[in-house]
Amino acid sequence: MDIARLKQIREETFKSVGNRATHADNAGMNFDRQVLVCGSTGCASNNSQKIRRRFAELVAEKGLERVHVGQTGCFGLCAAGPVVVVYPDGTFYSHVTLDDVDEIVESHLVNNVEVERLLYVDADGKTKPFNEIESYCRQLRHALRNCGVIDPENIDEYIARDGYFALYKALSEMSRDEVIDVVTDSGLRGRGGAGFLTGRKWKFTKEAQGDKKYVCCNADEGDPGAFMDRSVLEGDPHCVIEAMAIAAYAVGADQGYVYVRAEYPIAVERLDIAIRQARDYGLLGDNIFGTGFRFDLEIRLGAGAFVCGEETALMTSIEGRRGEPRPRPPFPAEKGLFGKPTLLNNVETYANIAQIILHGAESYNTIGTERSKGTKVFALGGKIKNTGLVEIPMGTPLKEIIYDIGGGIPNGKKFKAAQTGGPSGGCIPASLQDIPIDYESLSSIGSMMGSGGLIVLDEDNCMVDIAKFYLQFTVDESCGKCTPCRIGTRRLYEMLCKVTEGKATLEDLDKMEQLCYYIKDNSLCGLGQSAPNPVLSTLRYFREEYIAHVVEHRCPAGVCKALLRYEIDPAKCKGCTLCARNCPAQAISGTVREPHSIDANKCLKCGICASKCKFGAIKKV
Amino acid sequence: MKGSSLPFDGTPEQEARLRAKLDELKNKQGALMPAMQYAQELYGYLPFEVQSIISEELNVPLSEVYGVATFYSQFSLYPKGKYQIGICLGTACYVNGSQAVYEKLQQLLGISSGECTEDKLFSLDATRCVGCCGMAPVMTVNGEVYGKVTPDAVEAILAKYHQRG
Repeated sequence: MDIARLKQIREETFKSVGNRATHADNAGMNFDRQVLVCGSTGCASNNSQKIRRRFAELVAEKGLERVHVGQTGCFGLCAAGPVVVVYPDGTFYSHVTLDDVDEIVESHLVNNVEVERLLYVDADGKTKPFNEIESYCRQLRHALRNCGVIDPENIDEYIARDGYFALYKALSEMSRDEVIDVVTDSGLRGRGGAGFLTGRKWKFTKEAQGDKKYVCCNADEGDPGAFMDRSVLEGDPHCVIEAMAIAAYAVGADQGYVYVRAEYPIAVERLDIAIRQARDYGLLGDNIFGTGFRFDLEIRLGAGAFVCGEETALMTSIEGRRGEPRPRPPFPAEKGLFGKPTLLNNVETYANIAQIILHGAESYNTIGTERSKGTKVFALGGKIKNTGLVEIPMGTPLKEIIYDIGGGIPNGKKFKAAQTGGPSGGCIPASLQDIPIDYESLSSIGSMMGSGGLIVLDEDNCMVDIAKFYLQFTVDESCGKCTPCRIGTRRLYEMLCKVTEGKATLEDLDKMEQLCYYIKDNSLCGLGQSAPNPVLSTLRYFREEYIAHVVEHRCPAGVCKALLRYEIDPAKCKGCTLCARNCPAQAISGTVREPHSIDANKCLKCGICASKCKFGAIKKV
Repeated sequence: MKGSSLPFDGTPEQEARLRAKLDELKNKQGALMPAMQYAQELYGYLPFEVQSIISEELNVPLSEVYGVATFYSQFSLYPKGKYQIGICLGTACYVNGSQAVYEKLQQLLGISSGECTEDKLFSLDATRCVGCCGMAPVMTVNGEVYGKVTPDAVEAILAKYHQRG
């Protein structure tokens, strides 16, 4: 591969890819219409692969030669999936089923009439082109620039979007120090959670002495509810490969490893395809671009251990051992994988690199806040209308993400809190919804950026229960190497159980807080040090909820079973007997057409009666 | 050493394939996990007999193989059912009620997470986020995804697979 050939591929493939996302007209394009079907996990588990094949079949059958059917990575609006976008119209079809394909082909592709009933309806009740949808307008897609635009299994489409030009620029026009300086000046910080300055990490690894160095990518995205890294790998795997090659050049490595969760089969497959394509083109291997630089990549699969997202544990796991962390220093930059200097960044961090190299540090450091530069990808989930993937400039207020981009809380419920940072993070209460999302603001209120999971909670969620949920997660995932984490988190979990069962005292709350600080101060790695955060932040902002459990033996959100009672309102009960017939414990008695009652001693609190009652007569108290 | 009480029924063909793969991996750095992942795909789980072969071929102590097998949740010492059920207990599913679905599954199958029914038809695993948060709560049967599952819907889903046998 040389630069002339790379430019030629870009020029040729641009005729297919060029007017996607830009919504330009078809002048000079190979196709009149392009049907792009999302092939990421969310949509794929909703049949999107079959939908795409059906499109391709019908288009061939009808001889529509100027129509292209392709797959892409995540468009972001997973809640609207399966998603189909038609260019150049920018038509955004949501919730498409296999049965709808014939109609779209016949009406839209043959007769030029959009299928009205399948169009995505925006928050204002109107249907509009993809690029005008409210939740998209407010985003800034930097790391995700190719997701939803190119076919992740086609390297040419990546090249058409300036792919591998950054690698060429770095290898042929920049010294190793220049590359590191640009990355440092961009202000890019590690997107895995801790937020260490990426350029500095590169510099340390370059300066470390060693006959062999490694570059690793952390794609072991284990936070429950987070899927940013998966989406990048599924939608734009080449951007990670290119960035790792650039990093390898800068630090002086020739071998790389991508450590991916085995639970991400589509991501693994696409990355594998992408690595093979890059090798075929000579973009991985010996003598890349004729510069004498050599670099190759290998995928290593995780096997379901959350702690392996911690850098030292991850490297131990690649070495083929139990993924237990070890104390730092020595830092991986000095002594990492197989005892050699190693650079480790996460997927989203790498996804920003190529653009920074191509367009300079200013293209990036002018976005964001003073100390948090650039954009951040979040996986929005929980009680939110537009579940999906969003990328926003650092400093965007939380409420903008939740209401303008996320579409607010479904079913008219009230926004209660947002959880960021997963099991290592904390809850941001609704009262702080004006807070700008950046590293400093989040840690100042006891949460953390984390890798980008953002779970929205509404009035029906009990904050003690949420803290307990995360603690149970850490108890399960603690590797067991150090005592404060192994035993401390379990004791903390037991105390939370006591609270949710109404058996705790106010003194227990103080003890819990003490134990939290003890675990934080004494654990070996980030997992243990951050494990108490969900407890501390809920104690800080929702203490009255803890107190209600302890003093009044009441769960205000009606979640904690031990504190629940179901009651039948005699004024509303019509005596239809439906509840009594459905009760698995025969705890409901009464005569036909007379108000019924529940025997609290027999009741299992399963809630079936309340869900069956047609008159809303059964209430949780 | 923990392990399944069900008898090991590996075939000579499986063993030959495993040994061939191990031969290929032998000289690679950090080969143990890729080897175990291959073996688990081949046998469905990692019984003592299989761990011994890996230990012998890669020249890694059996205790270390066992240590790795028990550390990572994806390695199983028990066989899996013909239909492998996963119930997502990731945050998005949990706040949307997946715990109740999980309880219903346990009740109907009489097994809890990690176990297999006696007829080897179903095995149950409480999983982490499977990535379709838009469809929460989610359960999977052999990779097929069921979205917005309620406890009431579980019986019908299981019946479908019972019928197939």
